Amino acid sequence: MLAFLIKRLAQAIAVMFVISIISFSIQDNLGDPLRELVGQSVSEAERQALRDELGLNDPFITQYLRFAGKALQGDLGTSYFFKKPALEVILSKLSATLDLVFGATLIIISFSVPFGVYCALKPQNWFAKTIMGLSTIGISVPVFLTAIGLIYIFAIELGWAPAFGRGETGSFLGLWDSAFLTKDGLAHLVLPSITLASIMLPLFIRLIRSEMQEVLQSEYVRFAWAKGLFPNRIHYVHALKNTMLPVITVGGVQIGTMVAYTILTETVFQWPGMGFLFLEAVNRVDTPLIVAYLIVVGAIFIFVNTVVDIIYGLVNPTVKLIGNK
Amino acid sequence: MTQNSTLPVNNQAHTMSEKFFKSHFWHSFKIDIVAQLCFLVFIAYVFMALFAPAIAPFDPYDPASIDIMNSEIPPSWSEEGDESFWLGTDNQGRDLWSTILYGTRVSLLIGIGAVFLQAFLGICIGLVAGYIGGRLDSFLMRMADVQLSFSTLMVAIIFLAVFQASFGTELYQELAMFMLILVIGIAEWPQYARTVRASVLAEKEKEYVDAARVIGLSTPRIMFRHILPNTLSPILVISTVQVANAIIAEASLSFLGLGMPASEPSLGSLISSGFEYIFSGAWWITMIPGIVLVLLVLVMNLLGDWLRDVLNPKLYKG
Repeated sequence: MLAFLIKRLAQAIAVMFVISIISFSIQDNLGDPLRELVGQSVSEAERQALRDELGLNDPFITQYLRFAGKALQGDLGTSYFFKKPALEVILSKLSATLDLVFGATLIIISFSVPFGVYCALKPQNWFAKTIMGLSTIGISVPVFLTAIGLIYIFAIELGWAPAFGRGETGSFLGLWDSAFLTKDGLAHLVLPSITLASIMLPLFIRLIRSEMQEVLQSEYVRFAWAKGLFPNRIHYVHALKNTMLPVITVGGVQIGTMVAYTILTETVFQWPGMGFLFLEAVNRVDTPLIVAYLIVVGAIFIFVNTVVDIIYGLVNPTVKLIGNK
Repeated sequence: MTQNSTLPVNNQAHTMSEKFFKSHFWHSFKIDIVAQLCFLVFIAYVFMALFAPAIAPFDPYDPASIDIMNSEIPPSWSEEGDESFWLGTDNQGRDLWSTILYGTRVSLLIGIGAVFLQAFLGICIGLVAGYIGGRLDSFLMRMADVQLSFSTLMVAIIFLAVFQASFGTELYQELAMFMLILVIGIAEWPQYARTVRASVLAEKEKEYVDAARVIGLSTPRIMFRHILPNTLSPILVISTVQVANAIIAEASLSFLGLGMPASEPSLGSLISSGFEYIFSGAWWITMIPGIVLVLLVLVMNLLGDWLRDVLNPKLYKG
């Protein structure tokens, strides 16, 4: 067990190291920090002196170590555009993105479990077939088109929900802004959350359905039938419990996909989150902000993946802890 | 197939076509209306893409044929429509039907190009990993795991965004198609590698592989000429879905402004350029290419599902 934990942590650190190297080489190659600091009138000799002073002529490794040391202390440079520490700018947008992810997760969980289970239990039923058909369509519609469609129908034609922005936010114990706490914020949250959920929901319905079907074929379920247990108990206590384990782990690993889709959703709805900020930073060539985004998202991503993997290793005794899964 | 190589070419073609019409594959196709419909629609798309220059009434790449005065004309069936522009015009005054034809061509080209690259990389890596095995195998599959856990879209967005920021928008637009094929192609190789590896592991134990080894054939020859042909059906199954995914990925990247430029639009960049105009009521610039895109992807996904049902070795008896 300990060997598995150490191995998994080592892998997480290795991936984080690669991400930091990539981020650093971006910072190294993208734009000239001197241009941001001094004007045209400074002579070449003075520039060289300044370069030496800033350590820009040092070998790659020295520069990288300096970058990594600062990064570990939470210093990822200053955004050119906002004139504030990049990490602070990114983290100030974190609550908006989390609102969105939380809203979408809520929708995904409350719909995928009942629908997936229903489709597994009654595969020949017309309702189950409709759900499966709709899920194929759902997979085929790109996120941004769902968003545009929703905006066109519910914001422009019907005028039920606002088309962009985050609206008013409430403060949670003075620590955290959230759109969940005001009516206006909730209204703004509805369409983006549905959009973000729309792409993951079909995947989860299909996953739960196929996992559940597999579990229903297994021997312990047959034994439960033979014992004469009530169908409801077999379905919802015995089978569902073992269906959800792989579903939760697969769900945790989907976070990379979630990050990409938040970028798309935030762009369409002008939602002031991290993804939208990242694309703005790219358009402004705001290097420190780009790097900070990569590091923060990379860290969140690796953290979630590692935790999910470890939980899976702890909960599921059949996982081979050493070597390949 | 290699056993037949001594037969005259005609004869072989004859037996192959006969075999095909008697096969389980053809039979399932004949009785499945949805599959036939999807196949027809797909053929129509390919036809549209191949012959876009001949079908399109205008050339959207030619600035001389575009008149900005014609911009935002609604489709011809609505009240303010113009007879000469069937589906209306976009914000730059280009005929939407012609632009969609050319856009389909670009989208399909990128989708298929990217899948060829994925398939090439994935098949080579999968064959090597499965056939040679050992440490190399576990290393390659670990790489595949890591690569898969970063989603393609996330890798592509970040890579292309950084590329665009470092080399400037102009150079980027020139290289856009190449870069899209490259990024989507490289990001998705594990899909093929895993599938191929799994079937190689099963095939490797069979007697014909032992026989080939005993005759003294070289390892590459055994891998590519003997094992590879027997792994083709799973490759075919994932390829259709992969093309659909690649087309969606391309459209999403173009929508974010990281894909094809507006002067040479794919379906995604067309949708993107029309997006701001839906607020002023010009829904067709976004919605019509959107429907064209969704239908294409849907048809490919349905074909993929059908192929999986038919070719699935567990279900297939024959």
